[in-house]
Amino acid sequence: MKGKPLVSIVSAGLSKFGKLEGLYAREIFAEAAKEAFDRCPNLDPKKDIKTLFVGHMGESYEHQGHTGATVADWAGLLHIPATRTETACASSGAALRAGIFAVLSGLCDTVMVGGVEKMTHRTTPEVTEYLAMASDFPFEQWHGITFPGLYALMATAHMHKYGTTEKQLAMVAVKNHYNGFLNPKAHMQKEITLEKALSSRVIAWPLKLYDCSLITDGASAIIITKPEIAKKYTDTPIHIIGSGQASDSIGIYERESFTSLIAAKIAAKQAYEMAGIKPEDVDVAEVHDCFTIAEIIAYEDLGLCKPGEGGQLIEKGETKLEGRLPANTSGGLKSKGHPVGATGTAQAYEIYLQLTEQAEKRQVKDAKIGLAHNVGGSGATATVHIFRRE
Amino acid sequence: MSEQTQFTIEQFYKYINQGKLMGGKCKKCGKIHLPPRPLCDKCFSKEFEWTEIPRKGKLLTYTIIHVAPTQFQQMAPYAVGIVQLENDLKIPGMIREVAPEKIKIGMPLTIAFETSTATSQWPQWPRYYFKPA
Ligand SMILES: [Zn+2]
Repeated sequence: MKGKPLVSIVSAGLSKFGKLEGLYAREIFAEAAKEAFDRCPNLDPKKDIKTLFVGHMGESYEHQGHTGATVADWAGLLHIPATRTETACASSGAALRAGIFAVLSGLCDTVMVGGVEKMTHRTTPEVTEYLAMASDFPFEQWHGITFPGLYALMATAHMHKYGTTEKQLAMVAVKNHYNGFLNPKAHMQKEITLEKALSSRVIAWPLKLYDCSLITDGASAIIITKPEIAKKYTDTPIHIIGSGQASDSIGIYERESFTSLIAAKIAAKQAYEMAGIKPEDVDVAEVHDCFTIAEIIAYEDLGLCKPGEGGQLIEKGETKLEGRLPANTSGGLKSKGHPVGATGTAQAYEIYLQLTEQAEKRQVKDAKIGLAHNVGGSGATATVHIFRRE
Repeated sequence: MSEQTQFTIEQFYKYINQGKLMGGKCKKCGKIHLPPRPLCDKCFSKEFEWTEIPRKGKLLTYTIIHVAPTQFQQMAPYAVGIVQLENDLKIPGMIREVAPEKIKIGMPLTIAFETSTATSQWPQWPRYYFKPA
């Protein structure tokens, strides 16, 4: 069964990422859905799409919950079952997995999965507070530990244990900003220098402004179907051949390690085994760089390098666009932006573009196998998906 | 004690208010839970007894928060860390009464208790914090 397609992606859409003033989450989702419909003229959305799962983290932003039905309506899919999945920043990684379950159950042939978040109309302290809701309230939030603070705790531990440097963290930012510069849908299409990253203001030491992902508005939508009927819709389906998800203690203080996310390691192991591949088989990866340290830890958790060697991997340039293993070709959460609920399926969108050779200026040559690594909160949820072109 | 106390986060903070760091020890398997919980995640027992946790520990990792949520803004920058206590227990909290540049991983810390009482809103939990031992 190894490497057998679980489902096939037949289309994908992404809204512009950025500060989308005057737009509401449901309106942004409609933009992503529209692109997915337009890319797939053989699909009749009203007839063929049987259910929708949408990742959305926070109802605080727009004072709006019940996101499933809301976005289904605005996407023109009224009356299909529509369900919101919430696993913090991994909400749409979980939506993708829910969609895979729906197809594999035999109940639905074709499913839309996606995610959305509208964040930029709120002030930074408000967003800081809402994001912190993904962490433990009675012991983390209550004691003033912010979301960047949790990753800063990991960064300090990683630096202490392995000698990872602030410069190596900044190199992640420089790389991802370069990739985002090449991505017309990225929030911040701007290159930055190492000096600029290192001299930016401190958010939660050792993390500085350029170590943090962006507060962004955006939506993503993917259409998946049974592999046997994928060719009905497209000549270039992208198969999902591995899917993993795991959980961990909500409080990072309870975990065995502060230098690795166990949930991500478990999810990766599941996905690799299902796909029948090894980490070195991956040609292109989107990893959850909510903070620069998170990308370094992701390299290690995914087995792309040994534990403690993530800093060297970035320093050697191996994960650059022209490197051995390009990571975050989209610009990542750092530069493309991180509309929390949209991120998981936005990663799948980038992998879809790469494997169908539609990534334009940031196209990785001969990419056959892609990986998406999506983390919820400080690591209490992780999903890993592996994609293969035919 | 006539009334049986519950092994909850609420009760943990009531003890904090009395200047005590208390965990719940599983009567069946012996695992100590900090914070306490009503169901042992190791053996699924619901039988616990309170045990006072020694206040001294060492710092495992830390950060200095500069951008704070609304309610902590006037305190920023402030240090928070995770402290290793005895019995493999770990707990996060603010680190006070020390200059940020003097904070080092591995340094001995001791738990201290805020005296101010809580607000009228939920939750009415007093805070503990860490200071150099
Ligand atoms: Zn027990």
